[in-house]
Amino acid sequence: MSWLLALPIILPFITAIVVFLLRKNGPLSRWISVAGCAALLAVAIALLVEVLIHGVITGQMGDWPAPFGITLVADLLSAVMVVITAITGLAVAVYATADIDERREGLGYHALFQVLLAGVCGAFVTGDLFNLYVWFEVMLIASFGLLVLGGTKAQLDGGIKYVALNLVSTVLFLSGIGMLYGMTGTLNLADLHLAVGQVENQGLLTVVAVLFIVAFGIKAAVFPLFFWLPASYHTPSVAVSAVFAGLLTKVGVYALIRMFTLVFTHDTAYTHELLLVIAALTMITGVLGAAAQNEFRKILSFHIVSQIGYMVLGLALFTPLAIAGAVFYLVHHIIVKANLFLVSGVAKRVTGSFELSAMGGLYKSSPLLAIIFLIPAFSLAGFPPLSGFWAKYLLVKASLDIGAYVIAATALVVGLLTVFSMTKIWAEAFWKPSPTVEAPTLGLISNTDRLVLVLPISALAILTIIIGLFPEPFVAFAERAAGQLLNPATYVEAVLGVSP
Amino acid sequence: METVLAVLIGVLVATSVYLMLARSILRFVFGLVLLSNAANLVIFAAGRLTRSEPALIPPGLSAPAQSVANSLPQALVLTAIVIGFGLLAFALALVFRGYQVLGTLNTDQMRIAEPIEDSKTGAQPSQEADAR
Repeated sequence: MSWLLALPIILPFITAIVVFLLRKNGPLSRWISVAGCAALLAVAIALLVEVLIHGVITGQMGDWPAPFGITLVADLLSAVMVVITAITGLAVAVYATADIDERREGLGYHALFQVLLAGVCGAFVTGDLFNLYVWFEVMLIASFGLLVLGGTKAQLDGGIKYVALNLVSTVLFLSGIGMLYGMTGTLNLADLHLAVGQVENQGLLTVVAVLFIVAFGIKAAVFPLFFWLPASYHTPSVAVSAVFAGLLTKVGVYALIRMFTLVFTHDTAYTHELLLVIAALTMITGVLGAAAQNEFRKILSFHIVSQIGYMVLGLALFTPLAIAGAVFYLVHHIIVKANLFLVSGVAKRVTGSFELSAMGGLYKSSPLLAIIFLIPAFSLAGFPPLSGFWAKYLLVKASLDIGAYVIAATALVVGLLTVFSMTKIWAEAFWKPSPTVEAPTLGLISNTDRLVLVLPISALAILTIIIGLFPEPFVAFAERAAGQLLNPATYVEAVLGVSP
Repeated sequence: METVLAVLIGVLVATSVYLMLARSILRFVFGLVLLSNAANLVIFAAGRLTRSEPALIPPGLSAPAQSVANSLPQALVLTAIVIGFGLLAFALALVFRGYQVLGTLNTDQMRIAEPIEDSKTGAQPSQEADAR
């Protein structure tokens, strides 16, 4: 049982070591990386099935009993996040076979990518606060490497801003852990759930909670802490920015959801109200930032910020339906966002630019690419019957249910503005005539490259349609996951073996 | 003892914030070094400080005879120092490489990734040559 929990972490590490040793042999290391991701997906699905059948499963590392040792826990949220990580990882690994050049492969792209996946999976399955910090660091150091790999001017420029702000977040997270441990004497998340109730100085606990909001807020890129994201995400290779866009900020959101449903629920009137304000401002500033941009990936980067607002909104409303909406949103968003970045890469391959002014004619020359772009783009904006519609529907309904009309209106208006900037990309890159004399087509790319570039984006687009057309099992799943999050008794009992 | 440490942490954080507000990226990294040490001290203080009491359990007992400092935070600090060392080494290397390639340490002049747009056309200086 505990092997199944540890495998999502161990497997990418093993793959990382193998591909690092084989880094001089481009083709071999590429496909081993893909195979590693496929194996990770198999393990992740097995884990999800296990959790669906048996409820929350736990494993005590080194057989040290909780709360003293490091506990790995998978509840429905953790398990589904691991699955979605594996799906994104697989799609990007396949895409990377044609996107990453030999030089970057020689510098260890595949190894860093696998370490990143290990860090992300580790953050999702750990049940220990300090261990969460360690996984954040694993993820962070791998992302530093990936971001500046290749060392172009723009990459170094964006990299410095990314590194600087993320290191500040790390230090704040660490201080928060120290203070929380000083007050409660435990680091196990389940044990913390019990211990925070006994802290005498509840006011100080709120201070620490806000410290965690700031630390995770920088990772998740919420207003006003998001400036590192649009400064850096458009600089690295497409395969890198797609996996960053899909997964990294969402680990921050996951950590927020975990901490603010399990540990910091003592003063929701303050902490969750604060989160609500942050969520609204994040949605608005993100989408307005996107409206001002004229570069494909920069527009998408600002949309990440805006979409993070929706997820935090679900957490902030703190009702079963809202949390379910946040979980649904997380899953939908990772697929859609990673896909849009991958599509932007194909568009760049065809037209030779990310600048909207230099692109054009793609609808005429590559209708397939245009359709694959339309699906995630409209899903992001929340058009029925795509996945984004249901995600937004759940959140708006949750806000209307508790009478939060202003926030519901904000969510809808931001959705409308999202359509605006997606239309801008559509009109500029796809619809307007190509600025160059001979219209570029997908046919310019060699056959094998075209296959591995189009295969992952089509698969992700199909996934978006499936979630959109058959939302019922996914919504039911999200509601079950939300039930577990809002009623931590099962989580605590599974970890500590006693009912609270 | 806790008071002294609290004041020290306060001074470290204040100094680091002052340094991090500077325009030079090198000063920012120095500020980060101080800030990460301040965080380490926070964890250290969280374990309570007692002087000259070994955190050992005498034979025959199941708990230490006197109240001793919690040794777990000290182990955490060790981990945090190692991780922090690695990250700061990377940050310094990155800043050095950035200085070599970009030719400046002034963050105001680091506008390669986010060039100031020409407000009339919305066009940006091309940087596609080395994008891939």
